Amino acid sequence: MLIKFTGGKVYDPANGIDGQVRDIYVRDGRVVTPSATDTISAEYNLAGKVVMAGGIDPHSHIGGGKMNIARMMLPEDHRHDNVARGDLTRAGCGHAAPSTFVAGYRYAEMGYTAAFEPAMLAVNARQTHAEMGDTPMIDKGAYVLLGSDDYFLRLLTRGADKEEIKDYIAWTMHAAQALAVKVVNPGGISAFKFNQRMLDLDEKNAFYGVTPRDIILTLGRSLQELGVPHPVHVHGCNLGVPGNKETTLATIRAAEGTPIHLTHIQFHSYGTEGDFKFSSGAAEIAELVNQNPNVSIDVGQILFGQTVTASGDSMRQYGNTKSANPKKWVVMDIECDAGCGVVPMKYRDKSFVNALQWAIGLEMFLLVKDPWRIFLTTDHPNGAPFTTYPHLIRLLMDKTFRNEMLRRIHPGAQAATILGSITREYSLNEIAIMTRAGPAKSLGLKDRGHLGPGACADITVYDDNPDREAMFTTPAFVFKNGEMIVRNGRIVHVVAGATHVVRPEYDRKRTEKPLKDYFETYHTMRMENFRMADEEVITAGCGHAPGTCGCLIVQPVGTRK
Amino acid sequence: MTAVQAGASPAPASASESFSNVTCVFCGLHCDDLEIERTGQSLQVTRNGCGKAKAGFERPLVKSEPRVGGQPVSLNEAVAAAAKIIRSSALPSFGGLGTDIDGMRAVMSLADKARGVVDHAMGEGYAQNMRVLQTRGWFMTTLTEVRNRADLLIFTTDVLKYHHRFFERVIHAPQTLFADGPVKRTIVLIGEGYDTGPISGPGVDEIVTISCASDRIGEVISALATLSKGAPLPAETIAGVPKPQLEDLKARCEKANYGVIIWIPSAFAFANADLTIHRICDFVKEMNVKQRFAGLTLGGSEGSTSAAAVAAWQSGYPLRVSFASGAPQFDPELYAIPRLLKSGETDALVWLSSLTPDLAAPQTSIPTIVIGTFDMKLDREPDVFIPVATPGIDARGQIMRVDGNVVLPLRDLHRASGLANSIAVLNAIEAAL
Repeated sequence: MLIKFTGGKVYDPANGIDGQVRDIYVRDGRVVTPSATDTISAEYNLAGKVVMAGGIDPHSHIGGGKMNIARMMLPEDHRHDNVARGDLTRAGCGHAAPSTFVAGYRYAEMGYTAAFEPAMLAVNARQTHAEMGDTPMIDKGAYVLLGSDDYFLRLLTRGADKEEIKDYIAWTMHAAQALAVKVVNPGGISAFKFNQRMLDLDEKNAFYGVTPRDIILTLGRSLQELGVPHPVHVHGCNLGVPGNKETTLATIRAAEGTPIHLTHIQFHSYGTEGDFKFSSGAAEIAELVNQNPNVSIDVGQILFGQTVTASGDSMRQYGNTKSANPKKWVVMDIECDAGCGVVPMKYRDKSFVNALQWAIGLEMFLLVKDPWRIFLTTDHPNGAPFTTYPHLIRLLMDKTFRNEMLRRIHPGAQAATILGSITREYSLNEIAIMTRAGPAKSLGLKDRGHLGPGACADITVYDDNPDREAMFTTPAFVFKNGEMIVRNGRIVHVVAGATHVVRPEYDRKRTEKPLKDYFETYHTMRMENFRMADEEVITAGCGHAPGTCGCLIVQPVGTRK
Repeated sequence: MTAVQAGASPAPASASESFSNVTCVFCGLHCDDLEIERTGQSLQVTRNGCGKAKAGFERPLVKSEPRVGGQPVSLNEAVAAAAKIIRSSALPSFGGLGTDIDGMRAVMSLADKARGVVDHAMGEGYAQNMRVLQTRGWFMTTLTEVRNRADLLIFTTDVLKYHHRFFERVIHAPQTLFADGPVKRTIVLIGEGYDTGPISGPGVDEIVTISCASDRIGEVISALATLSKGAPLPAETIAGVPKPQLEDLKARCEKANYGVIIWIPSAFAFANADLTIHRICDFVKEMNVKQRFAGLTLGGSEGSTSAAAVAAWQSGYPLRVSFASGAPQFDPELYAIPRLLKSGETDALVWLSSLTPDLAAPQTSIPTIVIGTFDMKLDREPDVFIPVATPGIDARGQIMRVDGNVVLPLRDLHRASGLANSIAVLNAIEAAL
């Protein structure tokens, strides 16, 4: 069955198409080049409409222990947004810590067809995958946390051979069914358990004697040598601490040219100038990002309102508990492997600090020149729920609107930001890069984020509304694997979505021998049970027999060096 | 209606089989190091099983069939009868919930469609913890952290009654990650009714007993908090504990590298027990200003940790959720099944107990459907009884450990029970509504 999408203005930056009118053909869920003899079985006339690949969110906390703590802790967050069961859809709730079903529905209704959980603890991988499995409509995947786990830190302490370290990283990715690796407050989550309260880039973890710099560089180089497409995903030291821009600048330099992704950089771009000893470091950081092509970032924009912050960074989240609003929070130490902190937060435009955080994020978006290296995120839900993306897109595309919003924030913050002087407006092509093509390229999703032949037919069609917020809030159509799932911003068909993983090569026998002993001697779980089987990822009622469906997609990796 | 297939093949694939690294479903610790031998349809725990595990796994399998009104029927007839009861109910309750993650997913799907109420048999204990989480939050830890780090453990109830292998697996560790050999630990027992016999072992350096009534543990913790702030105590004894003993405990707390306070919410069988948990959690938070301390909540039997987790991610709320309006509503008082039964607000009960035969359905005269183990203990014959497979014995699955992060895989031990999988049964009932 050949479907023709006729006459839309196509924004497909991966294939160099910038708003030209093009026809797109889809067969069996893929974009194809038809032959002259093919008959068209269905046609959508998209004249005047904007066509892009489905949106891809490369950093959104959609599943796993910390989000479930946030849900449990905050019934008041959901009460005004309870969602009734529909003809096609399950009941649930929305807002900052939405139920899994509603998260999936709302992503799709917003034109997104993939979202990636960036902080999966290996010990919590089953829960994370179960929650992602219960997130319908969109594709998923998760980045496994390394860098505060005892085993990895021990490898570094004893100066283990780099092949052994690479094997352990690869083993963990297989065991947790991961797409990428993230490091959170490198070594700091562990340091907090030894009562260290901060850990800067060159400070040593009191027990292991290794520094965040060692950890980031080892992970970065190892992942590159393993051929994992996404570079090490770094949530750096000193999140939220005034003056942390110096750490961020130093971290970029510390990468020494190794590919590195700095996540929610807004939270790491603070200076200490001015009356409030809090200032923007966005310009300096953006400049260094511009100069270093090995660096990509996502922003973690904050938007005003009630949300909840959920992070693996137990050390810094404990520090943030003094700002908890409402005044309750959870911090956890987890299995000599990781930690987490869940702190509700209400960002107010009349607060100097919050208002400046808002401006810093926007400065970063507008000062980083290459849209292929900056991705649109709010670090959902930490800066704001993902449902605010259309508003954020309007802030980036519409200078008049942005300046109007700027005039409403704390006057001190207005005076402390250069935002008003920035005239840049993002084009639709740049938005398509930042929300589709860029993340797909960075994550190694070769057949996603574009609309060339062979691409998965995840397609979003928008009305070309000059109010970009309205445009991106309610797509005209969304197609997943060539099937229409959303029409006029409403779900018309429910699909399960796939889970993406990568599987770098490693020597399993060599890696598991010491690990088996290690788990038996020190842990409360056996290595054999730590490792997740493929069938366990595919339990989400996709309707297919385990292993026979496309619900688990193994993305290609490069050759191990 | 889709016909439900019974579970496994009619005869075991092989006469005998050995299994290692088996996860146990008979308490919330979910030890995953059991070794089990199967001979025909009999199971024997050959290593690492406690009394509960042996009693649970080694129950002889007896033939059990679905029944409606006490009469044997086919599985499909039982499913149809169950669907009929739910269909004609104004507010069905889904209780028991002794199941694993996938079983709970099926319960939620059915309850969502049937517009019912969801509550676990251990719902009251769980709600006590949730009240604290939702008003104050907490600072918590997990078993492997305790095993390797904790040098001061303050107990508020006799954990061994709930978890026979707690000391063996978590405390008596001959080798640990951050010490040369065992961690040198001080064990403090606050409250009453402890059996101190099994507590001694590798790493246990000292045992301190502070006797008081369980419902006064909160006062003892408050006194510790007062002393650690440098404030005077209002009396010479608090909850019957003399001041010097409290001062000694305060000094031990301040000296600890990693202190842990342990409680089991369902063991606090007194009014307003959440206030005791409140005090514990606040004290832990206060201690973390200068040093490291954490809480650990135990219990979590009958799959209650899994049930609450699935309820939370699927509805947004932990247990005691009602779908009566079509959208989930959460209220730990209003949607407690014991209350709904007493007030007569619920008019049908679906009771699921697939892990153990012991989770008896409450006494009620409303139409009752029990989906249970083959040897389910029944106080009266329910309107519909459907025997089902136990995840971790007759079916694969996943279950969450009581500390809330670790999820263990459950295995099918191939005893070919022929029992239907509870997920298939629940899905079939849902399809028939």
